Amino acid sequence: MTTTQLVLISLGVLIAVLTVVSVLGLLPSLRIVPDETHFDFTRFRRISFPISAALSIVAITLFFTHGLNFGIDFKGGTLMEVRAKSGSADLAQMRTTLGSLGLGEVQLQQFGGPADVLLRVAEQPGGDKAQQAAVDKVRTALGESVEYRRVEVVGPRVSGELLSWGMLGLMLAIVSILVYLWFRFEWQFALGAMIANVHDIVLTIGFMSISQVDFDLTSIAALLTILGYSLNDTVVIYDRIREMLRRYKKMPMPQLLNESINSTLSRSIITHFTVTLALLALLLFGGHAIHSFTAVMMFGVVLVGTYTSIFIAAPILIYLGVGEHREDAVDKATPAKKSKA
Amino acid sequence: MLYFTRWKALGIILTALIVCLCAVPNFFPEAQVKTWPAWAQRRLVLGLDLQGGSSLQLEVDSNYVKKEKLDQIRDDVRRVLREAKIGFTGGVTVRNDAVEVRITKDTDAQPALAKLRELAQPIGGLMGSSGQRDLEVADAGGGLIRLSIPEAAMLDRMRKTIEQSIQIVEKRVNELGTVEPIIQRQGNDRILVQVPGLQDPTHLKELLGKTAKMEFRMVDPSVPPDQAQQGRIPPDSELLPAATPPPPNYVVKKQVLVAGGDLTNAQATFDQRTNEPVVSFTFNTSGARKFAQATQENVGVPFAIILDGKVISAPVIREPITGGQGQISGSFTVQSANDLAILLRAGALPAPLTVVEERTVGPGLGQDSIEKGELAAYVGSILVVIFMLLTYRLFGVFANIAVAINVAMIFGLLSLLSATLTLPGIAGIVLTVGIAVDSNVLIYERIREELRGGRSPISAIDAGFKRALATILDSNITTFIAAAVLFMIGTGPVRGFAVTLGIGIITTVFTAFTMTRLIVAWWVQWTRPKTVPI
Repeated sequence: MTTTQLVLISLGVLIAVLTVVSVLGLLPSLRIVPDETHFDFTRFRRISFPISAALSIVAITLFFTHGLNFGIDFKGGTLMEVRAKSGSADLAQMRTTLGSLGLGEVQLQQFGGPADVLLRVAEQPGGDKAQQAAVDKVRTALGESVEYRRVEVVGPRVSGELLSWGMLGLMLAIVSILVYLWFRFEWQFALGAMIANVHDIVLTIGFMSISQVDFDLTSIAALLTILGYSLNDTVVIYDRIREMLRRYKKMPMPQLLNESINSTLSRSIITHFTVTLALLALLLFGGHAIHSFTAVMMFGVVLVGTYTSIFIAAPILIYLGVGEHREDAVDKATPAKKSKA
Repeated sequence: MLYFTRWKALGIILTALIVCLCAVPNFFPEAQVKTWPAWAQRRLVLGLDLQGGSSLQLEVDSNYVKKEKLDQIRDDVRRVLREAKIGFTGGVTVRNDAVEVRITKDTDAQPALAKLRELAQPIGGLMGSSGQRDLEVADAGGGLIRLSIPEAAMLDRMRKTIEQSIQIVEKRVNELGTVEPIIQRQGNDRILVQVPGLQDPTHLKELLGKTAKMEFRMVDPSVPPDQAQQGRIPPDSELLPAATPPPPNYVVKKQVLVAGGDLTNAQATFDQRTNEPVVSFTFNTSGARKFAQATQENVGVPFAIILDGKVISAPVIREPITGGQGQISGSFTVQSANDLAILLRAGALPAPLTVVEERTVGPGLGQDSIEKGELAAYVGSILVVIFMLLTYRLFGVFANIAVAINVAMIFGLLSLLSATLTLPGIAGIVLTVGIAVDSNVLIYERIREELRGGRSPISAIDAGFKRALATILDSNITTFIAAAVLFMIGTGPVRGFAVTLGIGIITTVFTAFTMTRLIVAWWVQWTRPKTVPI
C-alpha cells in the first residue's frame, strides 16, 4: 500500500468518526465569524477605492509593458513535453542538437523530474506546412532517445482564431451576465457588479503579467470562472442589500450596506475557505498541466473576488445612487435599530 | 418549505437515484458493458488528454478549390465559344478570381453573353430552391466578358468538398485499424480528426497529406525528356517529374486514359518473379474497357502511372491488358506499397488538406494525469467534507450527504450525455464540490440568522430555506452563463471543463432545492427538535 493510499484511508476514517460524533451531537459549535458582527466595511471605501484604482492602473501598465506570456494557443508554434529514456535529460546536449536545426530559438525547460523537459519552438515563417516540417525535424533529431509525452502544434491561422474567439467569449460573458443582472436587479446593481468584475479581470491579468504564467485557452477558462464565481459572491451580497432596502426604508445607505455585508460575512468566509481547500488540492496534487490554471483561479477567486464583493461591489452602490429615492431622504432618517420592520 | 407530499418525496428520490445509476456503466469493463442492452451502455468518454491520442485539425485548401473551378469554367468558355463559332482575341484567361474573355466582334457580344449564361447551374442541383446560380456572367464593356463565382456558390462548393473529403479521410483513417476515431466537420473549411491511442501521428499525417489523384496516361515518345526540358513540348503533352528522384522526367500526354475513380480494389502484394513489393489493382467494368482499348492500340509504347502529378512508373505495354487487372511496381518498400494501396482503395481527395493544428498526448502522460486528477479530487473533497463537519456538525453531515449525491449525479449526467472527461474537467468537478457546499452554507447561515432573530427552530429552518433558495438560484445562474459561454468558445480540454462546471451547477441547484431540503425535513419530522444544532 502506498503512503498516499494510507493518508487517504486515514482521512476517510477521520470523516467517519467526525460524522458519528456530529450525529450524536458531541462536537462543539464552531463560529468562524462571531454572531453579532458590525464591522464598518463601507467606511473603507475611502481607502479601498483609491487602492483598487491604483492597482488597476499598475495592472494595465504591466499588461502594456510586460505583456502576457502568450502560450502556443495564441502565438502559434510547437510545444513538446518529452521524457528522456535514459533517466535524466541532458539539457546542454539537447540544446546543441536542436540549435543546429535552424528553427530559430528553441526554449528548453526542465520541470517535474530530472528526465522531463518542456520544449518550445517558436512559430516558423511560412505558414502551416512550415510548423509541421519543424516538428518532423525535432522528432528526427531527438529520435528514440526520448518518450514523446505531449506534442502540440498550432498553426498561425488557428492561433489567431483562438485568440479572437477567446476575447470574444470573454466579452460575450460579461455582456450576457450584465443583461441578466439588469433583468433581475436594477441597473445600478448591474453596473456596480460589472465595475467590480472588470476590476477583478484587470487585476488577474496584471497577476498573469507579473507571474508570466502561460496565457492560453485554459487561462481564458480561468478568467471566465473567476468572472462567474466573483459574481456569484457579489450577487449574494446584492440579494441581501435588495432585501434590506425593502425592509428598512429609513436606514441610511452606508449602514444598510454594512448590515448586508456583515450578515453575509460568515457565508462569504466559509464558502471561500471551502473553495480555497478545493483549489489548494488541485494546485498541490493536480499536476503541472493545470498548475497555471489553478494558480490564476486561486488569485482571482480567493484573493481578488472576496475583496471586490465586500469593498468595491457593495460600497459602489452608494455612488450609483441606490436607495436615494426611498420614502424619506437618507440624511433625515434616524438610524433604525436592528429589529423586525 | 419543509413539507413534502409522499409523491413529491418519492419523485425527488427516484430522479436522483436514476441519474446516479446512469454512472454505473463506468465501473464495469468496457467489454462487459458492450453486452448490455443499448440504453444501458452510455458511459463517460475520457478526453484525449487523459487516455492519450492524437487530434489533428485539417484545412481544405479553398484557393485550390476555387482555382480548380475557375479552370473548369475557362475550359467550358473555350468550348462554348468554339461551338458557337464566336471569335475571341487574346485567349480565355483566369484573372482576379474570374475568367475573362474578349469577344472580337461587337455584334457577337450579345449572343456570346447569352450562350455563356447557359453555363450557369442552380446552386444545390435541380432541387436547390434558393434560385441562385453558381456562375455570374457580366458584360464589362468593350467586348470583355467576365465570369465569376458568387460567394454562395463558393460556399456550396466548399461544403460539398468538405463532405467528400470527410468520407475519404474516414476511409483512410479506418485503414489504420484504430479504435473509434472521430472525424467531423469544423467551420467552413476544416475537418477535425481525433484518434484515441495514437502515439505518433506522423504516418497518419502522411496518409492524409496526399491527395492521391491517380491517372493512367500515355507517354509521348515524340519528344525526348531532355529536349522537353528546354521547353519544346507539344501542346497536348506535359513534362512530369518522377515520384522517386533522380529524374528522368517524363513527357506525358495530357489526355487521361483511366483515372483512379475507376479502380475497385487495390492490394499490396509481392511480384511473383522479382519478389518486390507491388500494388495490384482491379478496374471496374468501364475502366477495364477503356484500359483494354488503350493498350490494344499502343502495344510497344510506354504508359505512365501518375500519382498527384508525379510519375510512379512508366512500363512498356507488351500486350493488350484486357482482364481489367494490373500491378504497379515502382521501387516500393512494403510500407509505401501498403500506403499506396490504402490511398487507392480510399479514393482521391477533392482538394489537398493541410494540418493546421496538432495535439498529441502519449499514454504515459494521460495515465499520470488521471492519477493526479483523481488524487486532487479525493484530497479536495475530503478536506471540504471535514471542514463542513467541523463547522456545522449534524447539518454538516446533511450537507455532505447532499454533496455526495451531487457528485454521483454529475457523473450520472456526464455518462448520460456521453460527455468527454478531461483533466480541466476533473478540476471542474473538484471546484463544484467546493461550490456545492456553498448552497448549504447559504441555507445554514440564513437559518442561524433567523434563529438569532428569535424564531422557533422549525420556523427558522423554513424561513432559512425560503430566503436562501432565491439567492442560490441568482448566484448560480451567473456562473452558469460563464460556463455556457466557455462551452461555446472552447475546444477539447477547455470544453470538458465547461461541461462539468455547467452540469455541476445544475445538480447543485437541484440538490439544494430538493435533497438538502428533504433530508432536513425528515430530520425535523422525526426528531421534532427543540433547538437546532447548527
